[in-house]
Amino acid sequence: MELSLATRTVAEHTVLEVGGEVDVYTAPRLRERLIELVDAGARDVVVDLERVEFLDSTGLGVLVGALKRLRTAQGTFGLVCAKEPLLKIFRITALDQVFPIFPTVEAATERDGSGPAS
Amino acid sequence: MATVRLSFSPAPVHVRTARLVGVAVARRAGVAEELLDEVRLAIGEACTRAVTLHRQYGLADLVTVEMSDSDSYTVRVIDHAPIEASVGLAKLPPDELADESLTDDALTTGVGFALLAGFVDDLQVRPVEDGPGTEVRMIWPVARR
Repeated sequence: MELSLATRTVAEHTVLEVGGEVDVYTAPRLRERLIELVDAGARDVVVDLERVEFLDSTGLGVLVGALKRLRTAQGTFGLVCAKEPLLKIFRITALDQVFPIFPTVEAATERDGSGPAS
Repeated sequence: MATVRLSFSPAPVHVRTARLVGVAVARRAGVAEELLDEVRLAIGEACTRAVTLHRQYGLADLVTVEMSDSDSYTVRVIDHAPIEASVGLAKLPPDELADESLTDDALTTGVGFALLAGFVDDLQVRPVEDGPGTEVRMIWPVARR
């Protein structure tokens, strides 16, 4: 399935809902959208991966890039992911120790929920 | 023994095709259903690596994926980039993953290799026999029918 991207605001957080396959072909579009959001002033960003069917190293690299960008901008960055196959990818790469990962958008957007992007 | 060989120009859009074919052949070969997600990811990572190297070196040569199901399901992904490009395939420690000094390319390469090593029990990365290039060989068990 092609990549889908949709943005909404939840509890003063910018939530980017990602669907489909994030790979070496589609990841540049995700990167562009995240850069646009930060450039437009978003500082508390949550990427919702619940509808993602495939995520590879290129997609993970884009998410790390967004984390760094928001850290520089004094913002916060969190992920929503409850799917075991995706969680396994974060564990294997040790990126579960880098990203704040929440089971729901509600948990990720609670006040101070995503914490400092560190 | 059945072999399927797929060659594609080094364009990111074709990596998805390679994943789809790789999983279809794996299913047909008898790889357990619960391993198919890992097969899909590993073939994707190996092909992404090959495409990235070809583009980095401006090579128009085709990337080859060869799948065979003799005693196990064996997938070989073959690139033609200079061998020294393969150096640096190492898993990155967690405290360096979000380090400012780490380039996006280095991060993606490190993470990609971590995924390959994490999802493939039988993994070999070795030089191709003729000319420049690397072969990533991955093997999964199959259930005999």
